[in-house]
Amino acid sequence: MKPPYFLIHLAKDLRIEWRSRDAVNSMLFFALLVVVIFSLAFDPTRAVSRQISGPILCVAILFAAVSALNQAWARELRHQVLDAQRMSPAPGAALFVGKVLANFLFVGAVELLLAPLFAIFYNLHVLGNVWLLLLAVPLGTWAIIVNGTFFAALSIRSRNRELLLPLILFPIFMPALLGMVLAISAILTGDSDPALWIKLLLGYDVIFTTISMLLFEIVLHAE
Amino acid sequence: MKLFRWFWLVLTLALLANGFRVAMFVVPVDQEQGEIFRIFFYHFPSAMMAFLFFFLSFLASIAYLIYRRSNTARAMRADAFALANAEMGVAFCTVVLITGPLWARPVWGIWWTWDARLTTTLVLYLIYVAYLLLRRFAAGPEMRTLAAVMAIFGYVDVPIVYMSTRWWRTQHPAPVIGGGADSGLDPSMWPAVWWNLAGWLAWGIFVVGLRYAAEYRHQLAEQRAALAALEAA
Repeated sequence: MKPPYFLIHLAKDLRIEWRSRDAVNSMLFFALLVVVIFSLAFDPTRAVSRQISGPILCVAILFAAVSALNQAWARELRHQVLDAQRMSPAPGAALFVGKVLANFLFVGAVELLLAPLFAIFYNLHVLGNVWLLLLAVPLGTWAIIVNGTFFAALSIRSRNRELLLPLILFPIFMPALLGMVLAISAILTGDSDPALWIKLLLGYDVIFTTISMLLFEIVLHAE
Repeated sequence: MKLFRWFWLVLTLALLANGFRVAMFVVPVDQEQGEIFRIFFYHFPSAMMAFLFFFLSFLASIAYLIYRRSNTARAMRADAFALANAEMGVAFCTVVLITGPLWARPVWGIWWTWDARLTTTLVLYLIYVAYLLLRRFAAGPEMRTLAAVMAIFGYVDVPIVYMSTRWWRTQHPAPVIGGGADSGLDPSMWPAVWWNLAGWLAWGIFVVGLRYAAEYRHQLAEQRAALAALEAA
């Protein structure tokens, strides 16, 4: 039996990444640099670090993800792969979902590698419920990846596309960034209940995943 | 059409002049805030107009996506209309973002605060500036499709931004119009509000009409140039 289309796309992307490891390596190093630069710039002491580390983590992931997402579709442009995919019978949404899942796994891997370093650099002791981080961080990451992959596909055929992606992604991403930052800060400091912000992230993810899948066909075949 | 435009321009200027007169000289001064409260008569209509024109741009973007294959001529008109409205909305939004801090500085004591409505307006402004940038960076007919998709994303984002920042913090005066039992403007303020709403609506329609016609001609010229290039080849 043939696996569903999006799994084929996912397997292809994972295989390419496994051979080169371009995206994960560059993202990891980039995020690490952001973390180091911020910790030098702010000189985090114990009390402050809990408050600023959540936002810094989010911003580091956001920048790293954007740098990798720019390459996600550029890979398909070489040898007219994208044109071939337009002609294939697979629906556009399957291509999109495969790409999103692949990028989500890459960024997730970077986060897993980065988390211990982060805890060391900022002397973190989580005061809230640690397990909720396993909910808040993936939901926020999904929000970045689903919109980022969509807008990367949208900006791929424009002039200076590397610049255009953050310009259109950041304004749309702002509510999710707010939710992610506040949820992570609430968990790290243990002052308030992060449930509201996790719900916000969940709602954001559902809404934008749906419209992205509905509109991706149009973007793919935009001529 | 040209005569009608002149007539419309005269009407617009008359409405705006009268709006200015009523707002500045007729409405009595506010007891608590002093003369500065008069900026409200420009802040509020501009905000309403910005939301109206962004909404029209959103509708035109959907219309473009619907007609883009079946009825090219209508789709091009929809695209020109979406662009004209988005630009007008950004212009009004700029006015809102400038008059707001001018009022907030003497009354609140601060220029800016990250309150729900302020943040929403700012994010809305950024989204539509990004939309205009996308239209500039991408080229050709595919740009119109991409821009329409982007406009839909942006519009869907606005209520989410609003809800998220409302849960976060709120400082802007509670909804003055259509709020609770105690809310509502002083009756003496209404004439100035209505005159300015009418005046700025007329102004917006006038500018959008001009911009739409110019953009539509530009599109037709582009199409002719593309056809000529094809025939020459």
